[in-house]
Amino acid sequence: MATTVTHLKAQLGDDAPVSRATRDAPWVRWSLTAVALLFLAGFLLLPLAAVFTEALRKGLGVYFCALIDADALAAIRLTLLAAAISVPANVVFGVAAAWAITKFHFRGKNVLITLIDLPFAVSPVISGLIYVLVFGLQGWMGQYMNAEHPWLPWFQQWLVGQDFKIIFAVPGIVLATTFVTFPFVARELIPLMQAQGSDEEYAAVTLGASGWQIFRRVTLPNIKWGLFYGVILCNARAMGEFGAVSVVSGHIRGETNTIPLHVEILYNEYNFTAAFAMASLLALLAIFTLVLKSVIEWRYALSHKS
Amino acid sequence: MSIIARNIKKTFGTYTALSGVDLNVPDGKLVALLGPSGSGKTTLLRIIAGLEFPDEGSGRIEFHGEDVTNVAAGKRGVGFVFQHYALFRHMTVAENVAFGLTVRKRKDRPSKSEIADRVNKLLKLVQLEALGKRYPTQLSGGQRQRIALARALAVEPKVLLLDEPFGALDAKVRKELRRWLRQFQDEIGITTVFVTHDQEEALEIADEVIVMNNAKIEQVGTPQAVYDHPATPFVYSFLGNVNRLQLPWRGFSSGDAPVPYTDETNKIAFVRPHELEVLRHRAGLDGEVASVRSIHSAGSIARITVLRGASEYIDVELSRQQLDELDLAEGDSILLRVRRSRLFSEDYEI
Repeated sequence: MATTVTHLKAQLGDDAPVSRATRDAPWVRWSLTAVALLFLAGFLLLPLAAVFTEALRKGLGVYFCALIDADALAAIRLTLLAAAISVPANVVFGVAAAWAITKFHFRGKNVLITLIDLPFAVSPVISGLIYVLVFGLQGWMGQYMNAEHPWLPWFQQWLVGQDFKIIFAVPGIVLATTFVTFPFVARELIPLMQAQGSDEEYAAVTLGASGWQIFRRVTLPNIKWGLFYGVILCNARAMGEFGAVSVVSGHIRGETNTIPLHVEILYNEYNFTAAFAMASLLALLAIFTLVLKSVIEWRYALSHKS
Repeated sequence: MSIIARNIKKTFGTYTALSGVDLNVPDGKLVALLGPSGSGKTTLLRIIAGLEFPDEGSGRIEFHGEDVTNVAAGKRGVGFVFQHYALFRHMTVAENVAFGLTVRKRKDRPSKSEIADRVNKLLKLVQLEALGKRYPTQLSGGQRQRIALARALAVEPKVLLLDEPFGALDAKVRKELRRWLRQFQDEIGITTVFVTHDQEEALEIADEVIVMNNAKIEQVGTPQAVYDHPATPFVYSFLGNVNRLQLPWRGFSSGDAPVPYTDETNKIAFVRPHELEVLRHRAGLDGEVASVRSIHSAGSIARITVLRGASEYIDVELSRQQLDELDLAEGDSILLRVRRSRLFSEDYEI
């Protein structure tokens, strides 16, 4: 394309306009750009600025006080804990699923691909409700714990003895977060691994490598940027998840509130500064994620050029 | 190390890739598996390598008399070169070549300096000793091919298997590299099987050609034998151009008194373009009358297309000198005689 254009220019003289057919009129270009920029400003930059202005309205001191409040710290801790469990779990699941789907032929492969997308298709509130129905005190688990003649009595006694709770407790929050975020890693890896094919793995097989060696030395280095990308998206969603977590959490301050839930509570109590201070943490996470994502895309392009 | 495959069957769902194939590769030979795409040749090669397995209950693979049917690919001692090379893209050339050695268990693994030595020797063997630090994407197609070969040889395989080794290269490099492979194989003497759909390639460098079609082996023989004495119409038409002449035909065999074929009307004569003789139409000469339709003389030999009867087009190859002597023009009437032919019955499906 570039060569044809230069060629044309050489023929027509330098100041001849480049073919009209390949360029739009200036007003079209400018108005399209302006619409895109206005949209960006209105829907992204303005709210982002609002979050930080509101958070800092009463000064830095109040801002930091809101962040180190005991309940706020508990919410931050719980969010980090949920992400720290669900992200690694989904890395393992995502890599295993992508590996199985792209390197092997088996029955029900398409069903598995569809199931991976389920959390995207189902409203998070619904998935939260399902957990309540299964694990709640009125649900299957509650019935089991209250049954007079349960299956595996020792297990029931152990659960009762531990006062084991899933719903309105930390395990439920981790479960809900894991469920909602499980497509991210697999979705990122499947197309990448499909495009790369399995020839390198086959080559490693004929050279005598074991399954683990093939994974660690051939597959993993080839997918590392895609995997990293999936991980940061998964992490961003895990920390920001509201719907499913809101249903299973019970909103117990200092115990089962994550950052997004804590923001909601503070806001409902008209504690705007604190609400926006907490919200600013999520906004920072978003900015950090975007920067990291760009860096990864850049590195990925670089590693493919060399 | 000889390779024997017996009664190999392979189906993918309802598709039959191999229907009971027997194969025998003698020790130290360079053997070509030749056939059109979908003939099952690559599947057979992958089964020999252990990357695929024959259908349950069928087949047996032996390396030098030893049954390896259920031995994993990594333990068979095969070097496999993939059609698109399958070099590890994130490793340097040297790391690629060393891979087969570095994945060995610690007690079998050579020391670092031994590995480096071996890699250097192999790179020298494939004449690319200066490229050890490059990455695969920085190499040309022909260089990648040779690195893939060096990587396969690093584990000192007993047999070398190559899947369409020159398929992705341009015509000139392809020719150079296949001659190089022939010399290379002569030097190291390793039993080698390569898959190709290019008959010229197979005929030029293989000691023995195995022609495959439709999940079966059609013919096995030296290049000369399969070219000169094709066993089936398929082999005839796959190994070079061929005319299918409707009988009866007046001028069979050259010479002064051509023998006419008139009695075998349910058969078709297979004749290669260079096995036809062209004469100017003169009274008193015997032969089949045809008219010249087109003349292509750009090249080392001349090709003319002639029309016999209403719709039978026949290709003929002549030397440039013969063409000059005949002084043909389009539309001229000529006489055709057949020097060599083979008859197959008409209902034979290709």
